[in-house]
Amino acid sequence: MISFDFDYYQPCSIAEAVSLYHQLLAAGKLPIYYAGGTEIISMARMNQLFTKAVIDIKTIPECNVLHVEGSKLVIGSAVTLTQIEESNLFPLLSEVSKRTADRTSRNKMTIGGNISGKLMYRETVLPFLLADSQLVIAGNNGFKTVSIHEAFNERLHLQSGEILVQLITEQSYSTLPFKTVKKTKQSAIDYPLLTLAALKKDGQIRAAFSGVCRFPFRLTEIEKEISQNQMVVDERIDRALKLFPAPILDDIQGSKEYREFVLRNTLVEIIEWLEGVS
Amino acid sequence: MPEKKMYNLYVNDEEASVVARPSDTLLHVLRDQLGLTGAKPGCENGDCDACTVLVDGKPIKSCLMLAIEAEGKHVKTIEGLKNTRIQKAFVENWAIQCGYCTPGFIMNGFALLNQHSNPDSETINDWLSGNLCRCMGYAEIKAAIKSVMTSDHADKSS
Repeated sequence: MISFDFDYYQPCSIAEAVSLYHQLLAAGKLPIYYAGGTEIISMARMNQLFTKAVIDIKTIPECNVLHVEGSKLVIGSAVTLTQIEESNLFPLLSEVSKRTADRTSRNKMTIGGNISGKLMYRETVLPFLLADSQLVIAGNNGFKTVSIHEAFNERLHLQSGEILVQLITEQSYSTLPFKTVKKTKQSAIDYPLLTLAALKKDGQIRAAFSGVCRFPFRLTEIEKEISQNQMVVDERIDRALKLFPAPILDDIQGSKEYREFVLRNTLVEIIEWLEGVS
Repeated sequence: MPEKKMYNLYVNDEEASVVARPSDTLLHVLRDQLGLTGAKPGCENGDCDACTVLVDGKPIKSCLMLAIEAEGKHVKTIEGLKNTRIQKAFVENWAIQCGYCTPGFIMNGFALLNQHSNPDSETINDWLSGNLCRCMGYAEIKAAIKSVMTSDHADKSS
């Protein structure tokens, strides 16, 4: 049971939602946008989050699209992970989604919620980082489209009142060779010891990581090292590990040493698999 | 302070009026206001699936849904599956021990068989991946679901 009360709003349009947000903010209601709500309800129940107003965006049409427009795949932020998995329009994203939480949770969890959530893993951002996707963000000044690399650095950076509306990805990324591996401490359904997603484009390996450091990331410097196929794989990984942007996590899911051991093995598996496909 | 609000839910093919806070979860409204105690408050944190109900046919953890979100949607609880083949199959296959987790398993199994008439083991495992049973293991539960799959469609009465 959630111990505090809040008002619930269900706007029909982005403009209404943004306007409502600013009105509620001015009234001291600490509004938050809400779609799947799984993380919000869990955190509210444990008094780790407080609000006096939630703005449910999942009936807004733009947030619910899931289709290909010309050469681009457009995914609304309120689309659930199950819908993404079942549509299979972006197979790498489907695979990553399928390993995020359990099936019943994924029936409610949304792509926008997972990417902008407070939990550090945000695994479903990995395919979008690899595919140089674009984000459509709405705010007081209307809509803007920005590169995911501009808006997502460790976490999604939005201005007060802004909404992540859609994620746009070139459809060509849906047909590239890919591999994703999620390792957990024990149970198949758990937070990741690590999640790696990788694809091969123009002969180069792209790789993105979650659960390794305290935030998900993709770094082109790491990709350059692991793509140097004139070098033995172990040496490439040694060089890549020196470029990681933060210390390897040392927590209840696994010690730093164990994570690094699993990371090395997983990178070998991914590199060898991707170099074996044309 | 927000007042409680009256709204209508459509539960097990019947309309029901409830008076609830916007922050009340569907689980608590079903149990406390409608007396539908089949959905169990196991963990109330989305970890056990004992509270699973169907919302417009999809299995949803009712502890992670606000009741107000269900307004205008069709909610089905374990009480709405009376005399279904899957209920009988759980009894016939000894797929119950203490019974606390059983409604959640049945709701997920029922929805699975409505969407996939002949699911493979991987699909069954995936659909039940959120359900925890601490008594007896999962083999009999999966056998119960498979027995319905091979006999007839899940939502037919026995």
